[in-house]
Amino acid sequence: MLSLLDYAIWILTSVLELGVLFCALRTRSFFRFFPLNFYMLVAVMCDVARFAILRHYGFSSANYRYCYYYSDALLTICLFFALMGLYSQVFKEMGAAIYVRIGAVVVLVLTAAVCFVMVRHSQHRIATRFASELSQNLHFVGAVLTYVLWSAVKKLHETRTRLIQFTLALGVYFSAFAASFAMTVLYPSSPYSGFATYAMGLWLPLAWSYTFLKIPESARLQTARVAAGARS
Amino acid sequence: MMAAALILGFSSVALLQFFVSYCRSIIAASTAQPLSEQVREVTGIRDRQIRGEEFLRLLQLTSLCPDSGADQTAITAVRAYFRIVSFARVALRGVIPGIVSWTEAELSGCAHFAAVALDRRISHSRNLMAQQYSRTS
Repeated sequence: MLSLLDYAIWILTSVLELGVLFCALRTRSFFRFFPLNFYMLVAVMCDVARFAILRHYGFSSANYRYCYYYSDALLTICLFFALMGLYSQVFKEMGAAIYVRIGAVVVLVLTAAVCFVMVRHSQHRIATRFASELSQNLHFVGAVLTYVLWSAVKKLHETRTRLIQFTLALGVYFSAFAASFAMTVLYPSSPYSGFATYAMGLWLPLAWSYTFLKIPESARLQTARVAAGARS
Repeated sequence: MMAAALILGFSSVALLQFFVSYCRSIIAASTAQPLSEQVREVTGIRDRQIRGEEFLRLLQLTSLCPDSGADQTAITAVRAYFRIVSFARVALRGVIPGIVSWTEAELSGCAHFAAVALDRRISHSRNLMAQQYSRTS
């Protein structure tokens, strides 16, 4: 059963996701960062669909559970492509965007294959388990790929502040979720997982809204000043 | 279990690195912005470089002004970063002597960010008042 706080955070998250779209439209950046905005659009639609199913069938119904896991897997795939959108922007000048797309599909298929191998012996609800496993593994793969992207950004001396902040905010999101899933396996009764879900649900739209609103497209930054451990 | 422990270890280190770099990117973006005379007058800051100890006082002043948009997220992130750096300074001072000068530079950056946020909010408040005045007159 969901508490009043759960509903409040859910509604707040949806409002903030809409806020990202509003900020992107207001700063005329909707199409420049289309994969990020598309993710936010899908997130809002999933929120609405989940809420409708929750109201109609109830929290403990199988319909809500299926809807939750499938929409979660869909959202993670969209976020994975949002990350690939950032990769494309970083490697655009090198003419490597096509390789990034091919690489993204290969990584996605491989992750899906690994997930299938992990759940194929399940007796029932194989599709739901697959969706849940895919979502968890993609968060870890996302964290690793964001780390690789951040290393590339530093190596290539990428200076676009917006791109840097989008990447870092996404890195925080993916790694917090990956840590949360690992924590759930190691300590099943740990409250960290629930906390991370709520905190990261709010974090990503807030961080991206800030970047859209406060950082102009022309802003530039030296990555050497930003990397953790470097001197200012 | 082993895989989960490895994932937890990698993710925790990555999370800390991403968060620190994110906060530093916000601070670095603000250091390019000079402070107005107005905010120097309000805060009593005369030096070019603001000392790290001023950070909390500047944040208190910032909280007195109306919010100018989505900067609360950045303020919360930088406040958390300020605490992490302050903790590292106290905890590692004896182990790494060079950390004191590094943390001082970082805390000074946090204070500059807070001053820029205050500057933004003051000019936002002035604009609001000017709009209100033009409506009533």
